[in-house]
Amino acid sequence: MSDPIMVYIGIPLIKGIVVLGVLLLTVAYLTFAERKFLGYMQVRLGPNRVGPKGWLQPIADGLKLFTKEDLIPGRAERFVFMLAPILLFAPAILVWAVIPFGESFTIGGVEIQPFLADINIGILFVLAVSTIGVYGIILAGWASNNKFSLMGGLRSAAQMISYEVPMGFAVASVLLMAGTLSLVGIVDAQRDYGLWFIFPGILGFGIFFVCGVAETNRNPFDLPEAEAELVAGFHTEYSGMKFAFFYLAEYANMLVVSSLAVILFFGGWLRPFPNVEFLAFLDLVPPFLWYAGKVLAFIFVFIWFRGTFPRYRFDQLMQIGWKWLLPLSLANVMLVALGVLLLKG
Amino acid sequence: MNGPDQSLFDVEEMEINFGPQHPATHGVLRVKMKLDGEKIMEAKPIIGYLHRGTEKLFETMDFPQCIPHTDRMDYVAAATNNQGFCVTMEKLLGVTIPPRAAYIRMILAELQRLASHLVWLATHAVDIGAITPFFYTFRERDAILDLFEEYCGARLTLNTMKIGGVPFELPDGWLDRCSELVDGFNAHIDEYESLLTENRIWKKRTIGIGVVSAEEAIEWGLTGPPLRGSGVKWDIRKVFPYDRYDEIDFEIPIGKNGDTYDRYRVRIEEMRQSVRILRQCLDRLPDGPEMARVPKVLRTKEPGMVYGSVEAPKGELGYFIVATEKGTAPYRCRVRPPSFINLQALPAMVEGHLVADLVAIIGTLDIVLGEIDR
Repeated sequence: MSDPIMVYIGIPLIKGIVVLGVLLLTVAYLTFAERKFLGYMQVRLGPNRVGPKGWLQPIADGLKLFTKEDLIPGRAERFVFMLAPILLFAPAILVWAVIPFGESFTIGGVEIQPFLADINIGILFVLAVSTIGVYGIILAGWASNNKFSLMGGLRSAAQMISYEVPMGFAVASVLLMAGTLSLVGIVDAQRDYGLWFIFPGILGFGIFFVCGVAETNRNPFDLPEAEAELVAGFHTEYSGMKFAFFYLAEYANMLVVSSLAVILFFGGWLRPFPNVEFLAFLDLVPPFLWYAGKVLAFIFVFIWFRGTFPRYRFDQLMQIGWKWLLPLSLANVMLVALGVLLLKG
Repeated sequence: MNGPDQSLFDVEEMEINFGPQHPATHGVLRVKMKLDGEKIMEAKPIIGYLHRGTEKLFETMDFPQCIPHTDRMDYVAAATNNQGFCVTMEKLLGVTIPPRAAYIRMILAELQRLASHLVWLATHAVDIGAITPFFYTFRERDAILDLFEEYCGARLTLNTMKIGGVPFELPDGWLDRCSELVDGFNAHIDEYESLLTENRIWKKRTIGIGVVSAEEAIEWGLTGPPLRGSGVKWDIRKVFPYDRYDEIDFEIPIGKNGDTYDRYRVRIEEMRQSVRILRQCLDRLPDGPEMARVPKVLRTKEPGMVYGSVEAPKGELGYFIVATEKGTAPYRCRVRPPSFINLQALPAMVEGHLVADLVAIIGTLDIVLGEIDR
């Protein structure tokens, strides 16, 4: 099984298909989970008509959106209008090329690494690619030729750019502790320390998560699509599959932010206190399940936010970003750097 | 947003039509706005998309036939609309209603006030981005509507009062079910408050937004919670008591700063006071007939004019009726809808605020377009 064709093309292809399939299925069922959880939080049942207990609802939704008429407004900029959903959706998927899900394992003598690529600038790649998504939103808002869409697009441009900066600093504090940009390396560093980075990096995690919520345009920072003000924001004019892409991209981005939070601060696929022998029985749970469980816990927090909070106003959002999070994240980087210097020498 | 007064580049104001089909306008209100970025330079409400000529219709109908049409003005609070019309007509005809009828009316009106405030809280919270209170409040509103349904068969357009009293005796066990609802209601209000009152985001979005001073509020003729939120103690139930409100013990909650948050607090407290009124009405409900002795065909004796008003959930709801000699229908009926008068304050309240505040301010005025356009 050391056939180079298999190693360089076959296995990556299979892994790619598996990752994509699992990802899309997860995203589809996240929409279902969100509606169910929100339903129970709001004293109602959520979807329960299609299939047993509503379990086929995402498939019905998909079919419905797929067969819907795909309207393009007469005055829209056709090419950009069609490009925008792709620009938002593709990066949300592309990011998964470098996100690791677990430790290497062997099947039939072949060592399988449960990630597509472990590039040495993993985290930079993630930040760079996910930023492209902003263009999707801005262009969608602009190309729709609708004032509400335009305002949604502009809001999201300002929002995403403002929150990218403190998020970058929060990530930098982890990089200082781990000493590597590779996502696999960061998890390994946490194993070497025997401690998840959340313990020394609690402040960084707070900043990272708040920024993550803002980056994904979720409540309480869901201004670009604030339905009460902007109808549906940047995707007001979209219908059918194009709309579905926006919808899927939002959930895929939630997964990305949750995964990053888990990898950077919660030890990725590691069990709690990975070096404490006393807790070794926790290793019975496969690493991938540790990882998935932690990610889903974050997703639940996203949904919980949506069920709890009102929405910030645009200028307040900017104030939080620039007046609070940015100075805090800078101070955090200094503190962590000082700590690393003192402890490591 | 503080920027330089002189802009660096040529800027053009964006004109934008907000509504009439828009989720946050609570119906078919259209607001024509001039925006500088997201800042509102000028806002002009345009109404009339729901005009049905109700006042003109009144002239073609016998007095009792008008009552179902009053339901359709403020369709969120039909019972108080009925009450306003009946109170005014009784004033015109010189009818005194029996105490039991008055108490049943007060029970219905206060239940309606609760239902209306619940709809306000639900939509106001959704406008500001909190979706969960909507479902909680509609759960309780549904319980209230169930009580209405049991009493008069309808849930929304109730047609539940008659000139001279109320049309039906209360069904068996209705009082117990109503009691149960009333007793549990304060706990529900606490539940809504736990989601909003001390919520930082909620406070940030409502404190200092749409400030109206007491003088301005009086000048604009605001009534109801928008007036009381500015600190003016004015409630028709207290100052011109109708039915038997003079026998009931309750407070008029007022605000201090006249901002959206104060109006929110006022309405929440009003719900608690309604619960208090309901408790007293249920305890003291007298026996006796539910209708006064009125002739089959209601006929005015001499030409005259009358103005009667009640404290509807949204403010002072007044009816001005001109009657001819021996008339069976109003010669002219003019309605003073609280929402219409309160909406006047909108342009001044939103000027200089952001678009997001516009929806908060529309929400805090608690308008119903059926009543504005009539």
